[in-house]
Amino acid sequence: MDGVFVIIERLDDEPRRVTVEMLAQARQLAHELGASLTAVIAGPAGPRLAARLGELGAPSVLHLSHESLRAYSAQGYTWALAEALGERRPRAVLLAHSALARDLAPRLAARMDAAFVSDCTGWHVSDGALRLTRGVYGGKLQACVQVGQMHPAVVTFRPNALGVVPTPAAAAEVEHSPLAPPTGTVTTVVRGLVARSEGELGIQEARVIVAGGRGLGGPDGFDVLRPLADVLGGAIGASRTAVDSGWIGVDHQVGQTGKAVSPSLYIACGISGAVQHFAGMSSSKVIVAINKDPDAPIFERADYCVVGDLFEVVPRLTEELRSMLDTA
Amino acid sequence: MRLVACVKQVPDSEARVTPRPDRPVIDERDISFVLNPYDEYAVEEAVRIKEAKGESDVAVLCVGPPRSEEALRRCLAAGADRALRVWDDHLGDVDGAVVARLLALALERVGFDLVLCGRLAIDDAAGEVGGRVAELLGVAHATAVSALSVEGDRIIAEREVDSGLEVIELPLPSVITAQKGLNEPRYPAIPAIMKARRLPIQQLTVQELGVEPGALGDLSRRKVVTLDAVETERRRRRIEGEPDAVARDLALLLRDDARAL
Repeated sequence: MDGVFVIIERLDDEPRRVTVEMLAQARQLAHELGASLTAVIAGPAGPRLAARLGELGAPSVLHLSHESLRAYSAQGYTWALAEALGERRPRAVLLAHSALARDLAPRLAARMDAAFVSDCTGWHVSDGALRLTRGVYGGKLQACVQVGQMHPAVVTFRPNALGVVPTPAAAAEVEHSPLAPPTGTVTTVVRGLVARSEGELGIQEARVIVAGGRGLGGPDGFDVLRPLADVLGGAIGASRTAVDSGWIGVDHQVGQTGKAVSPSLYIACGISGAVQHFAGMSSSKVIVAINKDPDAPIFERADYCVVGDLFEVVPRLTEELRSMLDTA
Repeated sequence: MRLVACVKQVPDSEARVTPRPDRPVIDERDISFVLNPYDEYAVEEAVRIKEAKGESDVAVLCVGPPRSEEALRRCLAAGADRALRVWDDHLGDVDGAVVARLLALALERVGFDLVLCGRLAIDDAAGEVGGRVAELLGVAHATAVSALSVEGDRIIAEREVDSGLEVIELPLPSVITAQKGLNEPRYPAIPAIMKARRLPIQQLTVQELGVEPGALGDLSRRKVVTLDAVETERRRRRIEGEPDAVARDLALLLRDDARAL
């Protein structure tokens, strides 16, 4: 039987949310392809992780537990995954479209002589063939891409884009593999990490994003947005203008030359809605736009349009939501 | 040092793209094409390294149809020394797996110490080619690099990771893909643009790279089946009034109408 493999990303022994939502869909995908499903962990981990993956619906777990895989390296993980999966008739290898996946997956696809389809927002099986949906041309068009059946496919899914699917828990069967990349496989050396601020949620994983643009007038404008993001449990996003003006870091930028996001709720404050910005957030489920300019292009593409002063509206909205959510 | 930037020509981000009725590709008539924005960072970085180190050569390489020459001339105007274009009429809607294979063959032919690509092309946003090329060449790579320095036979790069930025050292030869912020691409001066118009662009056929045109299809691993306009209809519901009322109405709509809370 062919196998569908989900590469698990985790923080210590907890799977990251982006992986969890994918695991549920992977189960259905495997079923429709008539394939088995295996969650794959790289690096040492306690038994709790595999048990947790079973609870989340993975019937089996492949644990590549060698110490040399504790830290990620493109060459090391490519070697280990290709070796491990190569013997297991891989049909599809699935990852969340994270920074790690963007670095690893194309290389892994080349090693496995596989198709590579990235940042997908949907999938279906048609006559036994796997088809993926993804946005192209800045989200203006949608492509349906079919992968062949003679080679594996490495597929990444956009976080939050696939719906949450209830899955029956299983007791995962765990297989340990001692595979370790031979000396000389990894030629890179990590010298350090400049971490993002403590507690800050990355925008690609956030279910809610409150974003600011030119209308904020300066870096302090984000101080008005942060309480709103906090009350909604969301992250702060920014338009290119705000980033290029130095008001906030580039890792908050949403758009064609920033990040593509797919939150449940996107609140755009003081953002005019240029094509390039929209390219990054057009797959948001609900879009709210708050802008002083009644002709701002964003109003053509938002669900709720507030023509007004964000400095008046946002604090009041924050309070309304706070009392609403407190009493809920 | 032999620096090679791999580039792609893409539709301008403002372009109105519509799918053709007969094939799942866009109608290219009346579209303005540009050098892929992320490739601008790659080319600029290659030129900067050359200018800083001396004794270096910057080549730009493109797998693309004849119209791509305009993008290559832009690279020459920005300081690249030579440009090569690979194409075959059988290439059609190019699969990243095929492009990567052709680039790797061309790179082996041209010779390289550092390969620079954009982190993705804004048309298909696949972000595929850089990583594939590194694997095919058997060299290290780093993705989404926003800072780079050359230190002898190694490079130090800052690359994007999920928790922030990682500082990573790679031995040469290697491949990097450029992220926004790596540098500020220069605007070529008119004399440079004029001079670039007269420089030759080397054409390479796939046969010269050792691939039979008929075999290109076998290198492909995926196929675009349909290409459609995006259908999301937005509500466009206006909320008006004094800030207090607007805030209250919006909160209620988000809770009850959109069920977004």
